[in-house]
Amino acid sequence: MAVKMSRVLKIKSIFLVIVIAVMALGGLQLFKHRHYMMPIVAGPGVTKVAKLSDYSRGLKGTMADTNVFFLEGKEEGGKVLIMANTHANEPAALLAALIFIENAEVEKGTLIIIPQFNHSASRNTRPGDGYPLYFEIPTEWGVKKIRLGNRDASPLDQWPDPDVYIHYPDRQLLSFIDVRNTNRTWPGRANGPLMERVTHGAMEIMKQEKVDIAVDLHGAETMFPVTNCIVAPDKSVRIATMASLTVKAREGFDSHVEPSPSGFRGLSHREIGDHSETLPFLLEAPIPFLDQPTGPKTVKLLLDGKDPFLLSLSRKGKLFVSYDETGWPMEKRVGQHCSVVLELLRQYSRRSLQREIEVRNVPRYAEVVKNGVGHYYHDPKTADKDKVHLN
Amino acid sequence: MPLVMTLYYAICVFIGAMLVWNFIREKKSLNDMLLYLLVLVPLVLRILRIK
Repeated sequence: MAVKMSRVLKIKSIFLVIVIAVMALGGLQLFKHRHYMMPIVAGPGVTKVAKLSDYSRGLKGTMADTNVFFLEGKEEGGKVLIMANTHANEPAALLAALIFIENAEVEKGTLIIIPQFNHSASRNTRPGDGYPLYFEIPTEWGVKKIRLGNRDASPLDQWPDPDVYIHYPDRQLLSFIDVRNTNRTWPGRANGPLMERVTHGAMEIMKQEKVDIAVDLHGAETMFPVTNCIVAPDKSVRIATMASLTVKAREGFDSHVEPSPSGFRGLSHREIGDHSETLPFLLEAPIPFLDQPTGPKTVKLLLDGKDPFLLSLSRKGKLFVSYDETGWPMEKRVGQHCSVVLELLRQYSRRSLQREIEVRNVPRYAEVVKNGVGHYYHDPKTADKDKVHLN
Repeated sequence: MPLVMTLYYAICVFIGAMLVWNFIREKKSLNDMLLYLLVLVPLVLRILRIK
């Protein structure tokens, strides 16, 4: 009997050690990812850094609070709000926003940039889909390590999900998961679920700062029809069309215009326009990493966008963008975002001379493709400490 | 933390404790021993606010 007990104890101990080891190995990686701080070097144009909770008090002390960078120009002018990482698994948006923060110099008007709009989602991941936790961008001073997040906020920060998300204020029934998706919770409310408080904060920025243009940067699958485009409601469509035609003619890349559907609620390009004076635009750049029929979700696929299965589908005419052996490298996607944002500002300024926005020192498409994204980032180790902001 | 979230963590602790208790009491089935521990993993990660 004693021998049998000792055998059971031995087996139990072995099981326990194995399971604890697996739990510690897996858990530690997730813990480190959630608490990893990415340094952002404020460039010469940054005049102040606020928190989103300054505009939406319900975010104070939560993981959803995030940095808001202000780049105020030498002269008065119009104001633009740029939001990235609304979906934290679409990193070209974040990389483009960082280029603006680290390099832009504003002559007229003000840039307001929120690089990690869904901050909670940037600390979440999708292990079931084999997402890498980080990716690295090569620079002249080493590599810049960046967290790869998820589409939705972490359930550690907002939970439980409802059976059906009832959109506020239209009461349209949306998928339960969209209660944690900051591109379904617009316009939000001060005392709603956490992600509604995030979008409410952005709406307050637009109202209090009298923002003229809001640009929400995204990425979309190559098999999704709304990709490689500018999504705009009626009130923004003229500027979007001119920007689309200009980048096509002058810079040689396609970014067509898609109308914002009036019956689908909660989207930034819909609700910002309907609930404020601001002109909204949502930019989509293709991201093969998010397509379903690809090989493993590796950092390489995330950065170069090359996948043999997508290539095969492209030859069968199943994709909504052109696709060949060169894939869709990150430089192209980030360069497109930079150029389209600059072109939107130029087109807006041409029509609103009293509210001009003039920005210098931000690279356009061809420069980003030629020099690489990392060329535009600064070394946080050699930068002034007061210029380095952890996000 | 909303009440429902607090209740959820309390339920996690309760079910986790039951699983540990069953693991300790189990003397015969190796399968069951391993399964108790595996089912425990997500509950522990949630209680520790890791995932």
